[in-house]
Amino acid sequence: MFDDLRDLYQEVIFDHNRNPRNFRIIENSDKKVEGFNPLCGDRLTLYLQMEGDVIADASFQGSGCAISTASVSLMTEIVKGKTEQEAEELFKKFHEMTTGKDENFNLEAIGKLAVLAGVREYPARVKCATLAWHTLDAAIKNEQQAISTE
Amino acid sequence: MTVFDVQKIRQDFPILKEKIRGKDLVYLDNAATCQKPQAVIDSIVHLYSHDYANVHRGVHTLSVRSTDKFEGARTKVKEFINAGSEKEIIFVKGATEAINLVAQTYGKANIKLGDEIIITAMEHHSNIVPWQMLCEQTGAILKIAPISQQGELIFDEFKKLVNDKTKLISVVHMSNALGTINPVKEIIAIAHEKGVPVLLDGAQAIPHITVDVQELDCDFYVFSAHKLYAPTGVGVLYGKQALLEAMPPYQGGGDMIRKVTFEETEYNVLPYKFEAGTPNIADVVGLGAAIDYLNTIGMAKIAAYEAELLAYATEKAQSIQGLRIIGEADHKGAILSFVLDKIHPHDIGTMLDSLGIAIRAGHHCAMPVMDFYKVPATARASFAMYNTKEEIDVLMNGIESLIEVFG
Repeated sequence: MFDDLRDLYQEVIFDHNRNPRNFRIIENSDKKVEGFNPLCGDRLTLYLQMEGDVIADASFQGSGCAISTASVSLMTEIVKGKTEQEAEELFKKFHEMTTGKDENFNLEAIGKLAVLAGVREYPARVKCATLAWHTLDAAIKNEQQAISTE
Repeated sequence: MTVFDVQKIRQDFPILKEKIRGKDLVYLDNAATCQKPQAVIDSIVHLYSHDYANVHRGVHTLSVRSTDKFEGARTKVKEFINAGSEKEIIFVKGATEAINLVAQTYGKANIKLGDEIIITAMEHHSNIVPWQMLCEQTGAILKIAPISQQGELIFDEFKKLVNDKTKLISVVHMSNALGTINPVKEIIAIAHEKGVPVLLDGAQAIPHITVDVQELDCDFYVFSAHKLYAPTGVGVLYGKQALLEAMPPYQGGGDMIRKVTFEETEYNVLPYKFEAGTPNIADVVGLGAAIDYLNTIGMAKIAAYEAELLAYATEKAQSIQGLRIIGEADHKGAILSFVLDKIHPHDIGTMLDSLGIAIRAGHHCAMPVMDFYKVPATARASFAMYNTKEEIDVLMNGIESLIEVFG
C-alpha cells in the first residue's frame, strides 16, 4: 500500500525507530545540548562523553518522528570513537546528501547513513533528519543554548 | 438547492479532481484552508478582465464598477453575519490582523496597568500573542480560562476570572486544534453583566456555523475569508458601531482620511477609518462570490451534513486500536484531532500523503493545547461540506494500514 514510500521508510529506519540505540542519559556528560524543531514539536537532548577530542560515548533522550528518531539513533552509533573534526565532516556530507543539492552525491561514501537519503524527495521532512546533526554540531562548538531548526 | 447534494457540490471545486501521487485527492486539511469553488475563481478573473480599477476615488466608469463590486461584497458580508450596518464591516488581511487591530486600537485606548484580559486555554496563537504584546505595552495581565480533558472550557473557572479588573474577553468560537464549539452566548452574557466587551475569534467557526452577530451580541467578531471558500489575504473585523467610532485608527494613510494638512488630519468615517491604503479589491470581491455560493446551499444544511460526517468519522476512529482522539467536547465542529500509539503525527502525515490524503500534522499553532495534552503534535483531519463518507473510509483504511506497517 505504501510502495512509494519505500525509499523514505526503509526497514533500517523502522528498526531504529522501534529500538533506538543509545537511548539513555549519560550522567555527568561532558556535553549536553537540546535540539528543537518548532515545526513539528520534536525535541531531543544529546549527551556526549569526550576523551580529548574523541567522542567516547554519545546518547540521546526525547521524542520525535521515525525519521528523526532513526537519524539520531544512527548518529550516536556512528560518531562514537570519531574525533570532533571527523564528526563535523560527516555532518557536512550528511547535510549535502539530505538537501540533495549535489546530484552526483556518492552514497557509498557515507556508509550506513545512506538509508536516510530518501528524505531528499520530501522537502518537508529534511529537517527531521538533520535535527540530530545540527544538535551535534552545536555540542561540538560548545553552544550551550538549545538549538532550533527554524 | 432543496436537498444537500455533495456530488453536485464537488463538481463546483475544480481542485478536487487533482491526482496526488497518482491517487484521488482526499482533502482533509480544511481547518488550515478551504478549497475554492469555480464561482470564486471566476469572480476574480472576471473582475480583472472587465471591471478592475482602484476603488473609492475615480469618477471614471471602471472605478465606479470596481467600487460597486467591492462595496457590494461588504453588504454581502454584513448580511451573512447579520451585522447592523456596513459601517461595522472592516476589511483586513485576515483574522490575525483583525485581532491585532483590536488589541492595538481598542486595547491601547482602554486597557491600562493592572487591568485584565481573559482568553481560554484552547486559543490559536493569533488569539494569544497580540494580547501578550498588549500586556507588555500596557502592564495589563493576561488570564487564561482553563479547559477540561474533554477539551471543553471549564465554565465555572471562567466565571471566577471575570471581575472588576477585566477589561476584555477574547475567546475562540470554535477551536482549530480540538473542534470544540464554545458556549459563546453564555460567555457574552457573563461578560456583559460586568460591562466587559467580548471578541470572538471566528476563524474556524465561520464555514461551519450560522453566525448572527446581533443575536450573539458579541462586541467584535473576526474571521478569515480563506477558510470560507474565499481567497487568501482577506479577513473581516466586525465591531459594534459605537465601539468602532470611539476607537483610534489602526494605520494611517490614504482612504482613511477626510482631510489632511501638515498641521492635522481628520479621519474618515466608518468603515474607511480602519482601511488605510488600497484594499485587496479582487479578493474581497471573491469573498462576496463565496458568500453568494454558500447562500445557494444554506449554512444550516452545511452544518447538518458536516455533523453527520464528524459523527461517522468519530465512530470509525474510535474503533481503531491505538488511536486516541484529542478533543471530545459534546459540542464540536467537523475536526478530528488524533494521535496514534508510537507513531508520530509527521509520519502519519507523510504516509497518508502517499495515498493522496491531505491532513495536518503538527501543533496547529496551538502549542499550549499540545502541552496540555502532553503530546508534541497531533494529526488532524478537518472536514468541509465537499467531503464524503467514502473519503473518510479511505482515511481510516489508510490509518489502519500504516499502523500495520509501523507494527
